[in-house]
Parts: sequence; structure tokens; C-alpha cells
Amino acid sequence: MSFLDLRSLTKRFGDISAVEDFSLSVAKGEFVSLLGPSGCGKTTTLQMIAGFINPTSGSMILNGKNLAAIPARARGLGIVFQTYALFPHMTVAENVGFGLEMRKVPKAERKRRVAEALDLVHLSHLTDRHPQAMSGGQRQRVALGRALVIQPELLLLDEPLSNLDAKLRDEMRLELRRIHKEAGVTTLLVTHDQDEAMALSDRVAVMRQGRLEQVDTPFEAYEGPRSTFISGFLGKTNTLRGDLLETTESGSRFRREGLILDGPVAHHIPGPVEVCLRPERIDLVEADEALVSGIVSERIFLGNQWLFRVDTPLGELMICRRNRGRREAEPGETVHLSWKPEHLRILPVEVQG
Amino acid sequence: MSVFSSSAARPWLLSGPALALFASLLVTPIVMTVLLSFREFSFYGGISDTLGLSNYIEILGDGYFYEIFLRTFLIALGTTVLCVLLGVPEAYFIHRMGPLWRSMMLLVVLGPLLISVVVRTLGWAILLGNKGVINDLLTRMELIERPLKMMYTSGGIVLALTHVMIPFMILAVWASLQRQDPDSERAAESLGAGPVTVFLRVVLPQCVPGILSGSLIVFSLSASAFATPAILGGRRVKVVSTTVYDEFLNTLNWPLGAAIAVLLLVSIMTIMVAWTRLVERRHGEALQ
Repeated sequence: MSFLDLRSLTKRFGDISAVEDFSLSVAKGEFVSLLGPSGCGKTTTLQMIAGFINPTSGSMILNGKNLAAIPARARGLGIVFQTYALFPHMTVAENVGFGLEMRKVPKAERKRRVAEALDLVHLSHLTDRHPQAMSGGQRQRVALGRALVIQPELLLLDEPLSNLDAKLRDEMRLELRRIHKEAGVTTLLVTHDQDEAMALSDRVAVMRQGRLEQVDTPFEAYEGPRSTFISGFLGKTNTLRGDLLETTESGSRFRREGLILDGPVAHHIPGPVEVCLRPERIDLVEADEALVSGIVSERIFLGNQWLFRVDTPLGELMICRRNRGRREAEPGETVHLSWKPEHLRILPVEVQG
Repeated sequence: MSVFSSSAARPWLLSGPALALFASLLVTPIVMTVLLSFREFSFYGGISDTLGLSNYIEILGDGYFYEIFLRTFLIALGTTVLCVLLGVPEAYFIHRMGPLWRSMMLLVVLGPLLISVVVRTLGWAILLGNKGVINDLLTRMELIERPLKMMYTSGGIVLALTHVMIPFMILAVWASLQRQDPDSERAAESLGAGPVTVFLRVVLPQCVPGILSGSLIVFSLSASAFATPAILGGRRVKVVSTTVYDEFLNTLNWPLGAAIAVLLLVSIMTIMVAWTRLVERRHGEALQ
């Protein structure tokens, strides 16, 4: 029995469908990310769960309760907003204690629980500060503490890290993981940042144009994307369009630009398909072992890795190589590429909607 | 090196024209008024060149002037309180409206500013007079036997001043509402606060800076208002500014009028500074 059960959730604004037939089950204590580009309906979904907008149709069940029948203020959910939405006229302790005050928790207990929450988010030393006098990361922690102190059945995070700079974001990512583990609260994170979603979640739900495309563990979604959209959204990918010639028990054969490539076992009907190949799965090899050769057109150094663009007869391929501290091919040089057949992922041709 | 490229001189050169304008149009008249207030005056000799405190002694020793100052500040205070009570909710309603209604309502709020205060006040005179629209209507409905006295009362002046001043309050509060994070209301709601609590505990406290600056504007403009008290108060309900006018143009005792004007300026400034200090001390950190 799932803890949070969203069934056929739909939201239309006039003729425009923001969320369409969205169904998702979340287990107690699970951390699930709603991932997608902006305008994919992920925030609308979150706001329907929070109670800020009403769904056009569909149901939302949390721990056996029908959420749609409960007003936002009685749902008892912890929400962290993108802008943190702290109360600027209140101190940190007052901000965190607000939810308890609304629940008429006696003063002594309130004080104890606020102290506990601030301890959890490592802010015990800033109890009497006002939010204006704090850094982005600290405000983020206050917002988390304020949402967690009411011991919500469900924690909703709306792009919580998007306003932080890169270094702080990595740090807060680890913090979010720790806090989620310690508090053990069922969490739904809305984000457009695939790294964030993959690093934090037990499962990733990828949304596109109001629909849920795939729900899987981050590893499964990355390795087994169900569409070229997901393949391209979760990490980098090379997408090649071509024809599937035949599929057998042991593998498949695929043709593009006159070249015939071996692929993995596929269950597609021969005909036009798209093939995804991750840049980090492509090896640089000697000329006689190469599946295809090409000329480096661009080279980008990213510190821990190199990114190449190579013009090949198959088309432009993106290649990613770990930086081993050695000299790498320069633009204009010819390189020889190879990969294992099972690293190709054959997907149906995307219908442009 | 030319004067224009010297970085020390540039700010002065750039602000020079504005400073000159201020000095000639604002500072000079004030300084002249202050100087005038120390001159002596006699009915037969007119203004003499001797300087002294006689005007101030006359004002401070006469209960008549105390009454006028007290009335002026009570009218200003009453206007400010009414503007807060009416303007804050109005600003909040406008803030919550859809874009189309919001711009229409802002136009309604600001529209009266386009009409001369004198015209608007004459409108109030038509409404409030003993044979005015309101009294006429109430009499015909047989709700009252004798007309209610509304013209030439402090209450009438407060009413009309509120109408004149309320746009300033609404604009100030509206500006502070615009600066608020709209999600802070949602956050409070998600933590269990009802609509009234959200307004009182989250929205209103964040409006405090706007309410305070609006109050300062409304109070100082009301305390020094001339046209409205002159038309609706006449000779019977005198305020400081109408008293100054009478001293200058009827009694021709310019030095006394100047002294009253200086005292009004000083007392308004004292109240404003004290008010700001008080507020800064109480809300210092939260309002930064």
C-alpha cells in the first residue's frame, strides 16, 4: 500500500493542459524527484498536492486521507519554497516556531521542538537572527527547519537549491540527504536539475509537457531511458536516427549513413528508430579496432574530464573522457572510436507533438 | 588635468544645477522667513529692523495659539489614523486583484490627484453644507429634523483631508506589498494559518515600513494643509496654516505670521524625527 497515491491528476487552465493524467505512488520514507524542463507541469503538480491550486480531475490520497477534501492549511505538509518565503519580520526561532504556534503547541514544548529542528539543520547558533542578516544557504536551512518542525507526513521541496551558487548547492545537496535520512520524512522534490534529482532521490519521475514519462531509480532511468527525451535530459547523450535492419536472439543491426552497426537485443519492429549512445561509453582506440573514425572539431576541458566533439561519417558525436593528466587529441586530429554493442540504446522515433 | 576629469569635483558638478535650484527656491525663502520672524512689528510703525524674540514670546504666552496648534495636530493625527484604517485594507485588496482590475482600481485611487484640491474640497462643501446634499437627503427621508453640522467643524476637515491624503497612504503601502514574497503567504497557510492570521501575522507586519512612511507623508501634509481647512473650516475652525495666512494678509503682521510658520515647521520636523527614531529602535533589524 503506497503512502502517497496520485491518480490521473489533471490540471487544465482553459484549453491549456498543464498536467495531464499524472499517476504516481510514493512509499513511506521515500525520496522522489519530479524532474523536467521548465513548463513541464512539475511545479503545478506540487502546488496541487500542497493545496494552492485545485486539480481539474484526479485524486490525491496521502496516508489514507483524500487530500482534495482538506484545505491547504489543514494538510499538514512541510513546504520549502524556491524563494524560501521566510517571514522577514520574525527571527529564525519565530519563523521555525510559527507552525507550532498555529497548532497551539504549549510554549515549553514549542521551544524544545524549535531547538531540535534548528539542531537538525545546524542553525542552533543563529536562533535570534533575522533572515535578512543571513546567507542564502542559511535561509535555506531555516526554511527546511520551519517545514520539518511540524513533523509533516510529506515534505515538498520546490527547486530548493536553485537560488544557491554552485559550491553551496553541492554542499546543501549533501545536507538535504543527511536531513532526509535523519528525519525519515517522505519527500517530493521538484527540480529541473538532473544532477540534483539523481544525487538525492530514491526514484526520479521525469515529466514532459504535463505528462509523466518515466519513473525509475536514478540508475535505471539513466541506463534505460524510455525515450530520447529522457536520455537527453538525464545526462548527455548522442542521438542517431537510422533504420533498424534486423533483430535476432543475440543482437540487432542498425544502419545509418550507409554504415552498419551492431546493437543490443531489441524488441522493436525493423524500420526507423533512434539510437542513443552515452558520450562516456565511447572509447578512443587504434585505427584497426575502430568502428568509426572522425576529426575532432572541438575540445572542452572540464577539470575532471574532457569533452570532445568529433565529426564522423555517422554525424557529430560527443565524447567524454576522464582527465588522466595526459595529453589528449587536439582539434583537427583524427581519432578512432569504438563502443560495445550493448551500449547502444534503441528507442522508437520521437513523435514531435 | 581639466576640472571635468577630476574625480573629486565631478559629483559636485553633476549635482550642481539641482543644488542651485534647491538653494534658491527652498533654502532662501526658509532662511528669509526665519529672519523675518525675529523682526518686531507695530501697528503704526510696521516692520522695524530691530531683532528680538517678541513674536515667539507672544505666541508661546497665548493660549489661543496653543489651541490652534493642538487642533491642527489632532486633525492631522485623525486624518493619519483614518488613512491607515482605510488605506491599508484597500491597498491589500488592490494588491490581491487581477491585473486588469488592479490597474483600474489604481486609476480610481490616483485619479483624484489629477484634480485640484480646491475643486475637490468645494465638492465636499456641497456635500457637507447645512443645505448640502447629505443634509438635504436626510431631511427629506425624515431621519433628522435639523441639519447636521458638518461644515466648519474639525470632523468635516478630517473627512475631506482623508480623501485628499489617502492616495499617498495607499501608494506607500502598495509599494511595500509589492516587495513582499507572495510565497510567504502560502508558507504561512501551509503551516496552518487561516486567512485572518495570515494577514495579521505575515502580511501586515511586512507592510509596517510602508504604513510608517505613508503616515509620515500624510501627517506632515495634513498638518500643513491650507486649502481644505480654509474652505471647510473658514474663520471658525482655524488651523496653523490659515492663521499664518490671516497674519500675513489680513492683520499684515508679517513677523508674527513668520514666527507661527517657523514654529509649525519645527514642530512637524520634531514629530517626524521622533517618530522615525522610535520606529527604527523598535523594528531596526527586521526592517533593514
